[in-house]
Amino acid sequence: MFVAWVAVAATSSAAAADLPGRAIAHDQEKGNCLACHRMPADPGAETGATLGPPLADIKRRYPDRAALRAQIWDASVKNPATIMPPYGRHRILSEAEIDLVTEYIHGL
Amino acid sequence: MNARFALAGCALLAFGASVAAASPEEDRTAFVRTFQQRFPGIALDDYVHGGFMFSRASRSHYDDIMAFPPFLGDIERGKVLWDTPFRNGRTYAECLPDGGRNLAGTYPRFSAAENRVITFEMLLNRCRRDNGEAEYRYDDRATMGVLTAYARSLSDGMRMDIKVDGAAALAKYEEGRRLFFRRIGQMNFACSNCHLDNAGKVMRMETISPAVGQAVHFPVFRGGDELYTLHMRYTRCMMQVRAQPFPAGSEAFNNLEYFHSYLSNGLPLQASVYRR
Repeated sequence: MFVAWVAVAATSSAAAADLPGRAIAHDQEKGNCLACHRMPADPGAETGATLGPPLADIKRRYPDRAALRAQIWDASVKNPATIMPPYGRHRILSEAEIDLVTEYIHGL
Repeated sequence: MNARFALAGCALLAFGASVAAASPEEDRTAFVRTFQQRFPGIALDDYVHGGFMFSRASRSHYDDIMAFPPFLGDIERGKVLWDTPFRNGRTYAECLPDGGRNLAGTYPRFSAAENRVITFEMLLNRCRRDNGEAEYRYDDRATMGVLTAYARSLSDGMRMDIKVDGAAALAKYEEGRRLFFRRIGQMNFACSNCHLDNAGKVMRMETISPAVGQAVHFPVFRGGDELYTLHMRYTRCMMQVRAQPFPAGSEAFNNLEYFHSYLSNGLPLQASVYRR
């Protein structure tokens, strides 16, 4: 049972590590996601951040990938008091970069 | 540095009606009450330690460095500037009341005659100007930076005592207050987003300090040897949120410092200290 879980985790993190969106998400000049979020499913994601919620169980929280993308594009639409930077609205990332980051985050 | 969205977006939310359009003393007590409810058991005087106030381990790291401060050479260089007479033979100590002792905690002050906020660093520059010397730049570590680090050490331990008397002074305080709560930059952060709403939380590996207790401990030596005056730190914050920064010594920062310092009224000055 445990072995099976480890195998699954290793597979999914290895898959996530291969995604081009990962580098953008982790880059401090780009997504800089780790400044605020932990990523428990990505063993290479080193951070002690508690500012935002951990990025975990994302497929269950965002079954619709477009909703996750919208949240990254401008989180203030759903929550005006959010401190999450509006990555799309303020063009912190390009639309193509947001697509890639969405793909990576959705797998966490 | 993308400053396209400098000063874009304006949201004064989050802290609720209790702080909106309040008197300075109502502001200060609301900030203090908010933090003390969030961090029970931490004495108000410990807020001068900023992010180090939250854990015994980080505080002990701070105490270890402060036992042998790596920045003493800079303080010594500041003392040399302080002790060196102007060309007319006079000195800073003669220019300032009580030789400049126990003075920094009463600045910034509002000058009714000039209708502007006067910072402690401006006071030092006025000593220079009034004695025929060129003023120092407010972002120059080698001159104003080390000079104010030494000059403020003469007020070490005094309690911050900022006064906002009258409508004209209040207008400057409120200008500073508005900047504190205004979302700026491509990243869309206000000072309040981190140092009020999220103080005590961790950004990457660093615990965010509360706004109360910040203004009493500048200049800081980041990493042990990199001097930042309060205005230089403001500039750095604005760069981090990718806003077009105001310069050190600007009126916008003077007014922000006026508001920001009032929040620390009653807390003991710390000059100078280590920060990560």
